[in-house]
Amino acid sequence: MLDAKIPDGPLEQKWSKYKSTCKLVNPANKRRLEIIVVGTGLAGASAAASLGEMGYKVKAFCFQDSPRRAHSIAAQGGINAAKNYQNDGDSVFRLFYDTIKGGDYRSREGNVHRLAEVSANIIDQCVAQGVPFAREYGGLLSNRSFGGTQVQRTFYAAGQTGQQLLIGAYQALERQVALGTVKMYSRHEMLELVVIDGKARGIIARDLITGKLERHFGHAVLLCSGGYGNVFYLSTNAMGSNVTAAWKAHKKGAFFGNPCMTQIHPTCIPVSGEFQSKLTLMSESLRNDGRIWVPKKQNDTRRPNEIPEEERDYYLERRYPAFGNLVPRDVASRAAKERCDAGYGVGTSRQAVYLDYASAIDRYGRIECSKHGIENPTQEEVIHHGKLVVKEKYGNLFDMYEKITGENPYEVPMRIYPAVHYTMGGLWVDYELQTTLPNLYCLGEANFSDHGANRLGASALMQGLADGYFVIPYTIGNNLADDIRTAPIPTTHPAFEAAEQAVAERISRLMSIKGTESVESFHKRLGKIMWNKCGMARNAAGLKEAITEIRSLREEFWKNVRIPGEVFEHNPELDKANRIADFLELGELMAMDALDRNESCGGHFREEYQTEEGEAMRNDEGYMYVSAWEYKEGNQFELHKEPLVYEVVHPTQRSYK
Amino acid sequence: MEHYKMNLTLKVWRQKNKDDKGGFITYQVKDISSEMSFLEMFDVLNEKLITEGNDPIAFDHDCREGICGACSMYIDGKPHGPWQGTTTCQLHMRAFKDGDTVVVEPWRANAFPVIKDLVTDRSSFDRIIASGGYISVNTGNAVDGNSLPIEKDRADTSFAAAACIGCGACVAACKNASASLFVSAKIAHLALLPQGDPERKLRAVNMINQMDKEGFGACTFTEACEAACPKEISIDNIARMNREYAMAVLTADGVHQD
Repeated sequence: MLDAKIPDGPLEQKWSKYKSTCKLVNPANKRRLEIIVVGTGLAGASAAASLGEMGYKVKAFCFQDSPRRAHSIAAQGGINAAKNYQNDGDSVFRLFYDTIKGGDYRSREGNVHRLAEVSANIIDQCVAQGVPFAREYGGLLSNRSFGGTQVQRTFYAAGQTGQQLLIGAYQALERQVALGTVKMYSRHEMLELVVIDGKARGIIARDLITGKLERHFGHAVLLCSGGYGNVFYLSTNAMGSNVTAAWKAHKKGAFFGNPCMTQIHPTCIPVSGEFQSKLTLMSESLRNDGRIWVPKKQNDTRRPNEIPEEERDYYLERRYPAFGNLVPRDVASRAAKERCDAGYGVGTSRQAVYLDYASAIDRYGRIECSKHGIENPTQEEVIHHGKLVVKEKYGNLFDMYEKITGENPYEVPMRIYPAVHYTMGGLWVDYELQTTLPNLYCLGEANFSDHGANRLGASALMQGLADGYFVIPYTIGNNLADDIRTAPIPTTHPAFEAAEQAVAERISRLMSIKGTESVESFHKRLGKIMWNKCGMARNAAGLKEAITEIRSLREEFWKNVRIPGEVFEHNPELDKANRIADFLELGELMAMDALDRNESCGGHFREEYQTEEGEAMRNDEGYMYVSAWEYKEGNQFELHKEPLVYEVVHPTQRSYK
Repeated sequence: MEHYKMNLTLKVWRQKNKDDKGGFITYQVKDISSEMSFLEMFDVLNEKLITEGNDPIAFDHDCREGICGACSMYIDGKPHGPWQGTTTCQLHMRAFKDGDTVVVEPWRANAFPVIKDLVTDRSSFDRIIASGGYISVNTGNAVDGNSLPIEKDRADTSFAAAACIGCGACVAACKNASASLFVSAKIAHLALLPQGDPERKLRAVNMINQMDKEGFGACTFTEACEAACPKEISIDNIARMNREYAMAVLTADGVHQD
């Protein structure tokens, strides 16, 4: 039976009670305890820095050439915090409630409430580190709105919030590197977990420059290795984002939670051709001011500027008047797909909708003209001033759009379409962020914990930093307090030996296939199966086909993949092969999980289960649980269920109307 | 926007490892769409090389949306290629026309040794940050974010400096391989904020010392770095860095130089 270890007592006292009663490790003992952190994004860098500050001996690993490049850097729009600086009725409870509701009632009350509680501390910590958040003329912090909420609680740094937060955490990390509490291993990839007496005690990492395998001991191992959206090949993830660390841990005993829960982000630049290697997000913050529409006429080939106002369908405003363009991501994505499938899509592919800034430019322009004392401004003056405001708020995003598409979004509405963006699923963890494998923790996007079936915008940064700065420093001590007598285990231990050998064998097996098809080609084929059959809309028949197709693709991969180069050199093709081999196993589990869940909730949309208006139809009787899959020999999986208990919130059908 | 196809001749620097001498190899690529990114054009070439049984070209890249700072190609004599304020991954093929010859090299600098082909070792930047590019505040020590108002213009200038992605284009563009733009961007970002004030002297001195130790050259104000910077970081930051350094050295209370 899975025990989430949620502390007793009233919801709002659980975390403070936990903090004041958990076991502690004294400073002298911390110096003797070694912790491995895999991944240096927001969760990993903040955890490594904080644990280093506390005195633990930390080793941090990233596959990139520098910890500063982790993909958290690409998060654009912002980070939520229940500060209520805007005096618009925000509170810890409201942030908690919005997140639970946004997640379509498939996340844990205890975890989410804790997340909302520490959100305010995160902003304070980041400001203290020098993160240059946007400010008002009075010198105070600025906020904006994000999807799925009716308050302004999102803090931001232009369209580069993730970059600024990550650089803050990276600098804190480098400070610890200089002080010697953290040892940093860049261009290193974890390829195996070492388990001794049922506990995670180390990793096997590959030096991606020399190709050599290394053994590293840790009293505990923290996986902060991000999400697995790249299983779809085309996604907004970085090219290197992968599931390998989490998947190795899964195969060593850590259960995988809700693997089918993936988020399709509504506002991305549409696919332009077969050669495409990745998709680019246009921040959700653009939905603050932009209006989404399609022509009212099917297959309308007129240019957007030629379509008069009354012939435009602002379908989100029409369907969801209360939230309008700011409905949650899953709702906005499905609505875009629905319009395109019905023949109202725009652009050459007809797989796109417009995101239009004309009315925002006009509105801001009028405010600015009034500020500048321009009476009866001409339309040109209004547009001129309006564009300046939009440029300040979203300039870098507009530039990026223009570079990619060659179109000027200040003049022509942007074309957008949904794309894979985030995975709510991940390794199952309890309240302490510990997986089902003792001494193995999982933080940030890599775990399944806080977002249920759909993540609200500006919550990923919040969760990554909450886990790293404010949760793990407490919860890890509660466990390691019992480990202070465990001396470091020498890496000559047979478990290390066996783990290294398994990795070496797998690599030599991959290299010896010498087939005819590139790794990239297999990845693309897997992505197509996943997107078509386990993507924005799923059904039982398609999922069954997907499982069969993935199995045969996996077999083909192990017979026919071609990996050029040598093992003991810098060989990016081999690095990629190691990752794709794992995606080829994970894809099957995602389809199995989607097939098991006979309901629609959040980002998991089963076509068989929808309301008459096409909204997701949950089945709380049958599926109010977290799926936690256990790996069994030979790619078999056993389903365990963690029932979700709602003591405070009463699940209802989500309504944003 | 009109899309078109093109054939190109590529001259690419190939170097097996850091000890190899290396040299240019010429490749022909066909039917490249003007909608592709520069790196997607490299993907096409690599796919062809793999199919033919050759070793693909190694290059650093990750986010492919211009923010992680991994990509780093020196294209036709310019870091990140012909477009202003653009990383290699955001450079698109409509910048080129049918029949063009394009020369691609790695960053060239003693402090960035080549690892393989177009991949270089930029860990010297990490060590410069570790020498002082931070504010010393442990987790949990912070006061309320709004208890520290910061004048908007000042915050904006700080933000503009903080936009640096640490790609190293400034170093690659500089005839002296100076890292002054990178270092000054961090010094300015933190010096402009009240939070950064207590350590500003020590920070300036330590970071500049570390930059010298890593083997970066001196700044002679050619402004090539600013022109190549994909985030258009201003060289005003270098002037600020020099002021910070002078101030630290002239009023050396508490500053220990080694």
